[in-house]
Amino acid sequence: MKESIPLTWRKIPDRYRLIGSLCKNCNGYYFPARHVCPKCRRKGRIESYQFSGRGRVFSFTEIHAAPAGFEDQIPYVMAIVELAEGARCTGEIVDVLGKDVQIGDEVEMVFRKIQSNDPEGLIHYGFKFKKVKR
Amino acid sequence: MVGIVGYGAYVPKYRIKSEVIAKVWGEDPDRIKKGLGINEKAIASSDEDAATLAVEAAKIALQRAGIAPKKLGALYVGSESHPYAVKPTATIVAEAIGATPDLTAADLEFACKAGTAGIQICMGMVGAGMIEYGMAIGTDTSQGRPGDALEYSTGCGAAAYIIGKDAESLAIIEDTHSFTTDTPDFWRRNKADYPSHGGRFTGPPAYFKHVKAAALGLMRKMNTKVEDYDYFVFHQPNGKFPRAVAKMLGVPPEKIADGLLTPNIGNTYSGASPIGLANVLDVAKAGDRIFVTSFGSGAGSDAFSIKVTDKIKNREKGKPVSEFIAHKEYVDYATYAKYRRKFKGM
Repeated sequence: MKESIPLTWRKIPDRYRLIGSLCKNCNGYYFPARHVCPKCRRKGRIESYQFSGRGRVFSFTEIHAAPAGFEDQIPYVMAIVELAEGARCTGEIVDVLGKDVQIGDEVEMVFRKIQSNDPEGLIHYGFKFKKVKR
Repeated sequence: MVGIVGYGAYVPKYRIKSEVIAKVWGEDPDRIKKGLGINEKAIASSDEDAATLAVEAAKIALQRAGIAPKKLGALYVGSESHPYAVKPTATIVAEAIGATPDLTAADLEFACKAGTAGIQICMGMVGAGMIEYGMAIGTDTSQGRPGDALEYSTGCGAAAYIIGKDAESLAIIEDTHSFTTDTPDFWRRNKADYPSHGGRFTGPPAYFKHVKAAALGLMRKMNTKVEDYDYFVFHQPNGKFPRAVAKMLGVPPEKIADGLLTPNIGNTYSGASPIGLANVLDVAKAGDRIFVTSFGSGAGSDAFSIKVTDKIKNREKGKPVSEFIAHKEYVDYATYAKYRRKFKGM
């Protein structure tokens, strides 16, 4: 499958730096970025916002049947992370197995390779999370 | 004068012990450990590469400097394992740390000394008033041919340095001196997976000649001597060479201890002397003087004379190297071979 270069390029800010949106009207945080605030609609004042990258595990699962391109990484942990500002996003938790993770664990963003299987294609980088040690 | 405004290092979590590699190739583990002076080496996970390692180190450097990433006027990434053959690692790192778009950026390659070459370029640009701050990174996820002596030493790690004016620096770079020749001790041709090297030839005519010449050249230029420095950091392709060159230069072993990390993380190539320096900056106190000499095969050495200032207290804002070294998980040879993509057909 030929990859979409514009699509990859367009997602660089949110994948590399967790850039989402903040509605200045209702103080709602969104990730991925939105053009319209779903609560305030036309009254919303949406701005670009860079998340701190800190958050907590809201839910997680250990992947054993991976989608194409991720087979050599199993088992790995995917989580829904509730970011400190309130928005939730999906991301991998690196350097752990499911037994090492609990709901509520503190995590922070790390920058990793997401996919690079095509030896002649682009290397896709982006955010993942790692557990913050106590 | 210019100096180091912020610094950061990153070492990945996974380790493989020398004896595990020795067992696979039928070597005597004690002979290898003693001969090379390497107990274990750090290896990157399958989703890490020279760019991701660089980003983690760069973020810590920014925390310590306390400057906005957009203030960086230049970013140089030195590596011999750039993820792309053509497509700058520096663009990926600059974007990931939020330094784009108003800056100049480029990749450097000079075997194990591309990181210190970047520091020198930034020193020149800051000193000339072209930029306010420049970042130089040494990062590598180096590969050794399976079964080769290099396989015990090639580690993974990165360190980033933000160079700025001396008044803001946690350590002033007093002067630098380089020594460069065409010496074919180690190389990798285009499209080759693994480097080749000259075995013993990597010693006297390469490492020792260049490290000694750069170090003595700088001391002569500055009219300083070994006794004037509290710490020495030498490039560390293994645990043996830096100890031997210290002895040749009359540097007592205790002065190289904090800057010698290869026995526990392997040779991190472009990251090696920069991570060693980071570990020294983690413990040095104001007024201490540090002497650093890198070495890159091919071959050349960059020597630096560094003086720590009272702004060194800013180091508390970032994670020290010792935490990365302590946070580790051992893997077996097969897992290591998978992470480092040593299997054919992967």
